[in-house]
Amino acid sequence: MLRQLEGSRAVAETVARCRPAVVAAYPISPQTHIVEALADLVTAGELASCEYLMVESEFGAMSACIGASAAGARAYTASASQGLLFMAEALPNASGLSLPIVMTVANRALGAPINIWNDHSDALSQRDAGWVQLFAASNQEAVDLHVQAFALAERLSLPVMVNMDGFVLTHAMEEVDVPEQDDVDAFLPPFQPRQWLDPDDPVTIGAMVGPGAFTEVKYLMADRQIRALDTVTEVAAEFRAAFGRDSGGLVRPYRTDDAEVVLVAMGSTLGSATDVVDDLRAEGVAVGLLGIGCYRPWPYDEVRAVLGGVPRVVVVNRAIAVGAGSVLGRDVRLSLPGGTTVVHDVVLGLGGRPVTRAGLRELVLDVLAGQVPDETLHFADLDREAVHRELAREAALEEAAR
Amino acid sequence: MTTTLYQIGTFAAGNRLLAPEQRAVQSSTERGNAITSGHRACRGCGEALAARVVLDAASRASSGRMVTVNATGCLEVFSTPYPESAWQVPWLHSLFGNAAAVASGVSAALRATGRDDIRVVAQAGDGGTVDIGMGCLSGMFERNDDVLFVCYDNQGYMNTGVQRSGATPPAASTATTRPVGTSVGNAFGTGKSLPLIAMAHEIPYVATATVADLHDLEAKVVTAMSMHGARYIHVLVPCPLGWGSASAETIRVARLAVQSGLFPVFEAREGAVTAAMTIRAQVPVEDYLRPQTRFDHLFRGDGRPDVVAALQERADRNIARFGLLAEQPDNPPDGRPQDPAPLEKETP
Amino acid sequence: MTLDVRIHGRGGQGVVTAAELLSLAAFDQGLHAQALPSFGSERTGAPVVAFCRIDEQPIRAHDPVDAPDLVVVQDPTLLHDADVLLGLAEDGLVIVNSSRSVAELETAGLRLGPGQRALTVPATDLAREHLGRAMPNTALLGAVAAATGVVSLHAVRRAIAERFDSRGRLLVAANLRLAEDAHDMVIATQEAHGAETA
Repeated sequence: MLRQLEGSRAVAETVARCRPAVVAAYPISPQTHIVEALADLVTAGELASCEYLMVESEFGAMSACIGASAAGARAYTASASQGLLFMAEALPNASGLSLPIVMTVANRALGAPINIWNDHSDALSQRDAGWVQLFAASNQEAVDLHVQAFALAERLSLPVMVNMDGFVLTHAMEEVDVPEQDDVDAFLPPFQPRQWLDPDDPVTIGAMVGPGAFTEVKYLMADRQIRALDTVTEVAAEFRAAFGRDSGGLVRPYRTDDAEVVLVAMGSTLGSATDVVDDLRAEGVAVGLLGIGCYRPWPYDEVRAVLGGVPRVVVVNRAIAVGAGSVLGRDVRLSLPGGTTVVHDVVLGLGGRPVTRAGLRELVLDVLAGQVPDETLHFADLDREAVHRELAREAALEEAAR
Repeated sequence: MTTTLYQIGTFAAGNRLLAPEQRAVQSSTERGNAITSGHRACRGCGEALAARVVLDAASRASSGRMVTVNATGCLEVFSTPYPESAWQVPWLHSLFGNAAAVASGVSAALRATGRDDIRVVAQAGDGGTVDIGMGCLSGMFERNDDVLFVCYDNQGYMNTGVQRSGATPPAASTATTRPVGTSVGNAFGTGKSLPLIAMAHEIPYVATATVADLHDLEAKVVTAMSMHGARYIHVLVPCPLGWGSASAETIRVARLAVQSGLFPVFEAREGAVTAAMTIRAQVPVEDYLRPQTRFDHLFRGDGRPDVVAALQERADRNIARFGLLAEQPDNPPDGRPQDPAPLEKETP
Repeated sequence: MTLDVRIHGRGGQGVVTAAELLSLAAFDQGLHAQALPSFGSERTGAPVVAFCRIDEQPIRAHDPVDAPDLVVVQDPTLLHDADVLLGLAEDGLVIVNSSRSVAELETAGLRLGPGQRALTVPATDLAREHLGRAMPNTALLGAVAAATGVVSLHAVRRAIAERFDSRGRLLVAANLRLAEDAHDMVIATQEAHGAETA
């Protein structure tokens, strides 16, 4: 049933219908409405037999999820930004121990300077943590991805992160169909852990592994991540069959046939970009869009299949790799070895600066007009005057010091 | 007139003289074995001994329905060199600073899934307890999560090569507090008593113990396991490697720590001390310091009697604070219900 | 038919709630709607902006409303900020919470384009009367229903009832009367004078 709901509320209700046995969380903007709503649902008894641990830190939250999952319980948490970094030590631990924890990340910038608004630098900083990373384009998809995430996590015995843009999605109220309890139950069987801390059959989990076997363990982890690509596709197909909605999956190409230029983006930007593509197509501009739904594992083949013959690709980066360039853009480039495709690595929408339809439209037209470089990172929404002023001031100070 | 009989100063020696129900778990050949022989601990390791006693007692108290969570540290490293494991109980190691939170998660999971007959014991060294693990531990205490947390305190980061921790005593020489120049070793700070911090949370049960009195340690574990909520036991475990004591002296050094007053052994419930183990024959702190090379610099050449005096002052403060010396009328007679009666012998 | 709305107010005036209520009302009428807050940290009194999009087609974009058809100003002291009317459509409408007339506001500096209209509603006064406190948002929604016709008073009432359900019957009833009063006041003004134009 369609309802007009805030994204956080919709996600909380969905998570509750996935019946986690343990929720452990620590509040941080813009994740707060999710954990508040879950606390309400637990208190009201709508989420039966769930233990809600209000822990002392995000590190504690992820650690409690690790303990809960190893004890054979479905575990969930949510975080963002500095909170995600505060649990950073525990993230590869959860994946290394193969624990199917599901976490929502309400994507937010990393400080300093402190900034509570949306970009993707938090999640992308944990690119190599061994978590499956999914990105939601809308609140409907955020809801659907959570149902898929628990199924994925438990099928793969891997932790899954569902990314949704902070404020832009978490605090947006729009129409959402929260899957019914019976349908979720039919889609998501009760959690059957591969192993748990069973006193009748004791196991040692988390042993020290030396040089003699460490590489092999890591190889198997990497291999399982790559195999997860198939599972992501499978689960999305099963979800479509069960709920009649296209959500999730690895990539989402939109009007890319014969495109002169294709935008590549993740998260809530996709909706606005879709509008821009339609408008420009109506004006005769051959533009398309590739949405990345699954960022880790990275869908090399699917990205190559879409972008391979495209003359120009514009990657919308909502995080930067300081001192190196882009994060998402590098993955796109690595998917296009030896081809003729020109990749424009563009930075847009850092720290809550809105990614507008007007801005995306201008970007596409600038690229087609040859006004956007393809060798260096291009900051498309930069106040150039402000940075030039500051650079000049620094240069003057250096000059004076000489 | 009566005198207390003790052969080596521990009730363990008198096991054969005790009624069977008063005997230590460890005295039985039938005892379980949470951690088997063959692990890689150093000879004379106090932590290995304490962990076996604690987990065997906890396992027996829970009829084997028990899960163990372990912080990173010596105990984790020497017990689980992949593909071997010394653990005969379900055992989970995650990280250094999160054992308390992991245990809280395990406990919550068992409750949520209707398996709360299974008890949870978390264990960590002093680093994983008083330093890097303190945030999570305080949270576990404050929420009164159903976990027994045991700290094996060897007063430093021994696993990484004997660096100073927040539990390292003043004047101790460690790899990061060498007594060079005018330094006397580890600086005299204010100290950090995790048992007192635990008591400030008013959790149901806090106790301290040492490997010098295994029967006492066992009894405290049994007491803790008879209760629910957050419980904390802090066990002093000498480390021959880090303390520079002879590996055969582990028990004696631990006993001297108690007898000097430097390590008060007591129990507390809901924030109030309910029993303290009185010192039967007080020794000057010097007797405790001398067998340990980490304090050598205090006795070399002219020595540092001023520093030894400052340490004696700390011991005296403990003795006064916990009433460790005099007969203690304030101590409830049933303060340690699991303790055997002191062995007494009529002297002619 | 689309209606892009931007609401200006101050922290504590229910600006975000107003955008959400408007989206609920539109949804209730079978339209597609999206309410987006432009959040800062939670500070009472700080300027706050929220957006609401209403459309017959499903809404895909999530960018802020930069060319509103309607601007609602919950706190008239914000009119001094030039950004309040930024991007307002050439035939756009401004609804201001004020007990003064539009002519008085224009004398005081409100500058409208040739096709743009404004109307004022004494929402704070009405709120004091009905709620006993200065919470002008539901009154302004009644005015929005009257002035635009995109959402009906009925839908606004249903949105209020749904949203404030957990806060008690008295509060719901008071807000319903408040929205209705403001609605009727705007209708009466429009009937008496025709729409105010600049």
